[in-house]
Amino acid sequence: MENKRKIKVLVTKPGLDGHDRGAKVVARGLRDAGMEVLYTGLHQTPKDIVNTIIQEDPDAVLLSILSGAHNALCPKIMELLEEHNIDDVLVAVGGIIPEEDKEHLRKIGLKGFYGPGTEIKQIVEFVKKNLKR
Amino acid sequence: MNNQYNDLVQRLLQGETRAAARLITLAENDIKAAETIIKSIYEYTGNAYILGITGAPGTGKSTFISTLIDKLIGEGKKIGIICVDPSSPLTGGALLGDRIRMKQHFSSDNVFIRSMANRGQLGGLSRATEDVIKILDAFGCDLIIIETVGVGQSEVDIFKSAHTVLVLLVPGLGDDIQTIKAGIMEITDIFIVNKMDLPGADRKVAEIIQMLELNMNYKYNSEDINETFSKTTQWTPEIIKTNSITGQNFDKLLEKIEIHKHYLKNNGVIQSYLKGRIKNETLQILKYKLTKKIENMFNENETIEKLVNQVMKKEISPYEMANLIILKFF
Repeated sequence: MENKRKIKVLVTKPGLDGHDRGAKVVARGLRDAGMEVLYTGLHQTPKDIVNTIIQEDPDAVLLSILSGAHNALCPKIMELLEEHNIDDVLVAVGGIIPEEDKEHLRKIGLKGFYGPGTEIKQIVEFVKKNLKR
Repeated sequence: MNNQYNDLVQRLLQGETRAAARLITLAENDIKAAETIIKSIYEYTGNAYILGITGAPGTGKSTFISTLIDKLIGEGKKIGIICVDPSSPLTGGALLGDRIRMKQHFSSDNVFIRSMANRGQLGGLSRATEDVIKILDAFGCDLIIIETVGVGQSEVDIFKSAHTVLVLLVPGLGDDIQTIKAGIMEITDIFIVNKMDLPGADRKVAEIIQMLELNMNYKYNSEDINETFSKTTQWTPEIIKTNSITGQNFDKLLEKIEIHKHYLKNNGVIQSYLKGRIKNETLQILKYKLTKKIENMFNENETIEKLVNQVMKKEISPYEMANLIILKFF
């Protein structure tokens, strides 16, 4: 167990969204898939999230947003990451993301877009396949 | 100092947070990397004060640490926090949730929080915890706070790593027999009765006092409810009730930590502590390396196979087999 590289994932909820059941289910699912999952809890600002990424050095970051604020929060997070030259972390978003918003978010580097009804193993596979390092 | 981590190490010594974070990841994932990194930075370590926080799950360690940082951050200190949570024995996965309680410090430049899984190591810490302490030390942290996994009774590794060990207890967990058992109650420098607003806090304090009274050099000054003890050459643990939500008694706690710090410095205790720490750490590394070596040796080895056959035929016992292996290979 020791020398096999562990995948470390940050699961976090940006903004004022208080719906964390999905994030917890995903966190638990990834844990059961053998990953080390860091859960930050609710109400994270983009700056909080990027600071956590800097300190914790995760392989992947999963943002859970159900509040509709994804078009404001995601670009801010991506900007801050770029500011700090962080380009080797997979950043994905899930929750409620309307179809028409996805293209723009994809353009700025976000992946995933898993919503309600997604099976955990899909997300596990997705994380494993899309790691940048 | 010339290796593949040179660049990162230079950036670490200049205080770059990302370099510290990446070096920790490398040290955590690969003991060979850890070896090279620690070799490069070892001369820059030894400046940080290390505070260990331990206690059963749910005693409030993370919230307690958060309040402690509140009190310390004003002093302009650079603080590193290492939070260890357990890995699953079944899948190897982990859920690291200590950061949740420290939310208000996420954006402070003087606070570096790092969560780690214990990766199956017993004792309340992980294999790489010592390495992470050194990286944060070289990074320039004045104070390093280590939060162990929620412990039971015998996860006491923290006292080998920390200068001052705080054990958190809460009212309502077990009776006085729990306090006289061996293990965690013996390694404590300062007892914290957290959640002091709950009924039973005073009783918990009384139980700890009773336990300590069984030690020879302990004297409790009953007139002073601030829990003062007579000091002999040996440290007698302090007891403090705290409320991590309101911050009650934290100023008093900081004083007690200072007193313990002085105690270590003034009585030459720090030297024997440092020696003990180096010996212990080296022993851990030796155990790890030798275990790996022995495990590898056991995989495919004719001599071992022959010996196993001898044991199967009852010609020798497993003890004799072990002795023969030691004679042959060491």
